[in-house]
Amino acid sequence: MSAISELSTIHRAKAKTPEEKRLLAKEAGRDNKAGYLFLLPWLIGLVLIIGGPMIASLYLSFTNYSLIQAPEWVGLANYARMFDDPRLHKSLAVTFTYVLVGVPLQLIAALAIAILLNEGMRGLPFYRSVFYLPSMLGSSVAIAVLWRQMFEVDGLVNQILRKFGIPATTSWIGDPQYALWTIILLHVWTFGSPMVIFLAGLRQIPGMYYEAASVDGASRWAQFRKITLPLLSPIIFFNLVLQIINAFQAFTQAFVVSNGTGGPADSTLFFTLYLYQRGFVQFQMGYAAAMAWLLVVIIAAFTAINFYFSKRWVFYGD
Amino acid sequence: MTDLQTTLSDETTLTGPAPQEAIHHRPTGRDRARSAIKHILLIAASVIMIYPLLWLIASSFRPTEVIFRTPGLWLNDVYVENYTKGWYSLSYPFGQYIINSFIVVVGAIAGNLFACTLAAYAFARLKFRLRGLWFAIMLLTLMLPFHVVVVPQYILFNALGFVNTFVPLILPKFLATDAFFVFLMVQFIRGIPKELDEAAVIDGCGHWKIFSRLMLPLMGPAIATTAIFTFIWTWSDFFTPLIYLTDPIAYTVPVALRSFLDATAGSNWGAMFAMSVVTLIPLFLVFLFGQRFLVKGIATTGGK
Repeated sequence: MSAISELSTIHRAKAKTPEEKRLLAKEAGRDNKAGYLFLLPWLIGLVLIIGGPMIASLYLSFTNYSLIQAPEWVGLANYARMFDDPRLHKSLAVTFTYVLVGVPLQLIAALAIAILLNEGMRGLPFYRSVFYLPSMLGSSVAIAVLWRQMFEVDGLVNQILRKFGIPATTSWIGDPQYALWTIILLHVWTFGSPMVIFLAGLRQIPGMYYEAASVDGASRWAQFRKITLPLLSPIIFFNLVLQIINAFQAFTQAFVVSNGTGGPADSTLFFTLYLYQRGFVQFQMGYAAAMAWLLVVIIAAFTAINFYFSKRWVFYGD
Repeated sequence: MTDLQTTLSDETTLTGPAPQEAIHHRPTGRDRARSAIKHILLIAASVIMIYPLLWLIASSFRPTEVIFRTPGLWLNDVYVENYTKGWYSLSYPFGQYIINSFIVVVGAIAGNLFACTLAAYAFARLKFRLRGLWFAIMLLTLMLPFHVVVVPQYILFNALGFVNTFVPLILPKFLATDAFFVFLMVQFIRGIPKELDEAAVIDGCGHWKIFSRLMLPLMGPAIATTAIFTFIWTWSDFFTPLIYLTDPIAYTVPVALRSFLDATAGSNWGAMFAMSVVTLIPLFLVFLFGQRFLVKGIATTGGK
């Protein structure tokens, strides 16, 4: 069961009678000490590395702070400034485009290839490795360096286009119209991780469902619509939620492709890249903290929307 | 959908034949044609996926000006100067950055294995007050963007004098902040029969003994998956070292590679490609030998 379905089942736990509660408490008492001892490193981390810093960043988001002087309380000024910060708006537009286009494209590629591979193919381990490898390398700076070259004026892509007689003279990463799309393409290229998850899910669907359907004369497309999609929907949902959360935090590729500027013309200014510039180049820690909290709200909203609509299309079986 | 984990603990479900294969009757001509088309499609897709990587390797043995006019893979001459020049073209020989990266990776793996196994054992096997709440919080941190804690973390580590050391990169791992691995291990432990623990209790074993003598040896695959993923993600991690490591002597590989873009104004592509290949080799080797565990681990937990 995935992390997501775990979360949704926790609050559905049954209410217990006082008697049961008393028994449980007694039983729980036995392991309390051991439980907290084993959990100690995690608890310290939760307080020092996650919880404490979260509270601190919430506080900092109401201040001006540059690491040198003590934080100066400014109330909601940082949040108010976001409303008239054109670069922030641009970075939101860039990031939303990346998430809303890149994530679905990547998942569609992953699902399509997984379905092809699942149909009892010869050479499955070979294909799986080939498709999986890019997703293991894709977040590295080395691949971003390669991407940068590939989409230059005389980069690999244009060289190949010219071989086919197309007079390609665009610098894809130098043109604000296309630069973001090269990074979206890089995201799609790393479809291997969700593909592996889809493959595992597809193997859980009993073959007899398809057998029965073909006896009834159902076309392959109908089988996909009526069998594969519903039975795979919890896994599609899981991938969708996690990939959206991750895609909102994309940073490395945009940083390397634009050499940290988010250019040309801010066309690859991802939200996290802008946050980095504000916080760690200009040392406006207060503004960066406010931006981080905006990101939390956006991600939480997207996750909530996802969960809300999941009722309409995610099928949890029995 | 049934519990993925229980079924996936059996390796054959991943590598064995797909269910449909069993019901396939004698292949007809139409089936063969279909299969051929599929293979052609998949081979074409494989070539598109892998070509950039092969071209990167080939190009790393070419002078820069040749790189920009050769889309093919064939090498007429092997130009190794990219490697020898690239190795020495930053403030320190590239080996320095590789050593730094290895220190961080080894530290991160040790930290994750130490802290995540402990936390996972507690969550999966021990009953204690507020366990459900802590577990839910742990799952929520899985979804928390790193950026919301990075600013205060930086201020804290800066105040403690840990900027330009590896402490900010390693210490959090010893505190199980990678919830993904805690969850992965919880899932794995839940698949281990409880009767084993109960037998050990009857034999008079305490929790520590059950954990260290029984669970840890049984958790081999989960530990391997965690170690391999930690290697790959830490080796490629860019944001954290970019923030904390500003002194070139402390650079890890990704930050060093990135500084090439500044140092050579993005002109010496040959050397940059050569060092890119160097940084990809450890990733590739880990992928090659660890793939079995990666496939299993990612399918168990749903991956990242």
